[in-house]
Amino acid sequence: MTTYVIRRLLDLAFVLFGVSVLIFMMLRLIPGDAVAIMLGANIDITPERIEALRRQLGLHLPLHQQYAQWLGGVLQGDFGRSVWTGRPVADEIVGRLPVTLQLSFMALAFAIVVSFPLGMLAAGARGGRADAVVRLASIVGLTLPSFWVGVLLLYVTSMYLPAWPTIGYVPFVEDPVGNLARMALPTFAVALPMIAALTRILRSSLLDVLSLDYIRTGKAKGLATRTLFYKHALRNAMIPVITVIGVQVGYLLSGVVVIEQVFAIPGLGRLVIGAINERNYPLAQGVILVATVVFVFVNLVVDLAYAWIDPRVEYT
Amino acid sequence: MASMARRLFHNRIGFAGFVLCVVVLVAALFAPLLATHGPREQSIRDRFQGPSAQHVLGTDNFGRDVYSRILYGFRTSIAVAFGAVGIAALLGSAAGLAAAYFGGWTDRLLMRSMDVLLAFPIILLAIAVLAVLGPGSVNTALAIGIVYLPIFARLARGPALTVLSWDYVAAARALGAGGLRVVMRHVLPNVMAPLLVQLTLSLSTAILVEASLSFLGLGTQPPTPSLGLMLSESRDYMLISGWTSFFSGFAILIASLGFNLFGDGLRDIVDPALRGVDG
Repeated sequence: MTTYVIRRLLDLAFVLFGVSVLIFMMLRLIPGDAVAIMLGANIDITPERIEALRRQLGLHLPLHQQYAQWLGGVLQGDFGRSVWTGRPVADEIVGRLPVTLQLSFMALAFAIVVSFPLGMLAAGARGGRADAVVRLASIVGLTLPSFWVGVLLLYVTSMYLPAWPTIGYVPFVEDPVGNLARMALPTFAVALPMIAALTRILRSSLLDVLSLDYIRTGKAKGLATRTLFYKHALRNAMIPVITVIGVQVGYLLSGVVVIEQVFAIPGLGRLVIGAINERNYPLAQGVILVATVVFVFVNLVVDLAYAWIDPRVEYT
Repeated sequence: MASMARRLFHNRIGFAGFVLCVVVLVAALFAPLLATHGPREQSIRDRFQGPSAQHVLGTDNFGRDVYSRILYGFRTSIAVAFGAVGIAALLGSAAGLAAAYFGGWTDRLLMRSMDVLLAFPIILLAIAVLAVLGPGSVNTALAIGIVYLPIFARLARGPALTVLSWDYVAAARALGAGGLRVVMRHVLPNVMAPLLVQLTLSLSTAILVEASLSFLGLGTQPPTPSLGLMLSESRDYMLISGWTSFFSGFAILIASLGFNLFGDGLRDIVDPALRGVDG
């Protein structure tokens, strides 16, 4: 296990290096003069302004020195400054990160809480009507565009529940009820595809496990179906579910980026889209880097949890 | 091939997907024939109309015919999705096959680069690529293609490694077959089936990603009809004409669902071990 963890961490170091190089190169790969494009989006371009911004971004240095400077800054939490507000990019991100994290965790928790009973129901009633309904719903749910669901939810609430606060965001510490009320619809919209994916994998994984010999042995020695199901089958059926949770977190984050736009939630998604629209590249780079690093670590945790739960995993 | 078609016919889910795919493809291909209005034809007097005989799915804020725009929207979705998946499948499986064939440093370098691409949440990588390239349908296809590269590289590499270790490949090599010949004649046919399944499933998600990017304003640009863009534009007038939001989003669902079901059915057929459990 220890060697596995070390190997995994080495992989991680390489991947993070690659991610940092790609994000660093973003600004340098933009066709034409990125600095002129950035400035041109808002104010008049003068040679002095271009030169000043170029120096501020360190673009006058050779490429490897630029990277070393940029990475050195990033490792100390210095992502540069937002081109327009002049505020440190790190401050902008720190302000928005909790919003995105709250929405992501709420959606993840909601998806897990809903999909477990559904998956067990479908597996328990295999071939029956409940199974058919859950299966069909989970297939459709998988391809349901969450931003469409979000738009429809907005429509329905503003038509029939006009008093419900749907748009915007209030911090939980200021107004817990208002916060949760505003987060409810986006959480639901983001969670739907994940509910579908988890229900589906739990059902098929449970069916796999239930057909194994040790379950038959348990049945033969007279264990109650309930005990067999919850104590013996469910545990083993969890293993593929954990893998799918890891995969789905990536889709979840993607869903959150889009849904923030639908409900005007001031999280990282809205920040990065705004940054790109106003050609504020340092800000966009910072957000993409932070979100990707968070995602990489979530995947690491999932992988380690997987190895820990299933001792059969080959540590290769 | 004939028996595959017969089996698909008996796989209800796969067949339903096949039918949806045909509907969407026909709509996209024959949009100019099937449309009742031009996709950019505006008529301010007719704006915000509900479904009627003249405008089957109503009109939008510029009085454009929603039904006709959806047909052309399918065109954009399909073109971008096919372009993206085409790029990813060709370059990705080429990378995977090369990695398996050459092994060693080539393998390590190629697959590690793929790991780096996989480390990004998909929409953020696509957004980053579009930030560099600028918006537009062609760039969206490129961006999604890059995002999907690792999927195909990994998928091709695994089975290719297995096949390359088989005796008959060694025999072919002993008979003087060159590297390219071994890969094209012996390895590729053996990894074709899972690649085809992945191809279909990727089309389904690529349609969703294109719609998301266009919805965010970074993908297809107006006035090109795009389903994600239509949904995004319709939000401002939702309380006046909710049907535009409903129909454009529903069209995205249909297109994506069709390829997903079809791919699912294909997987059951190609991989009999999974049959009965999943499908």
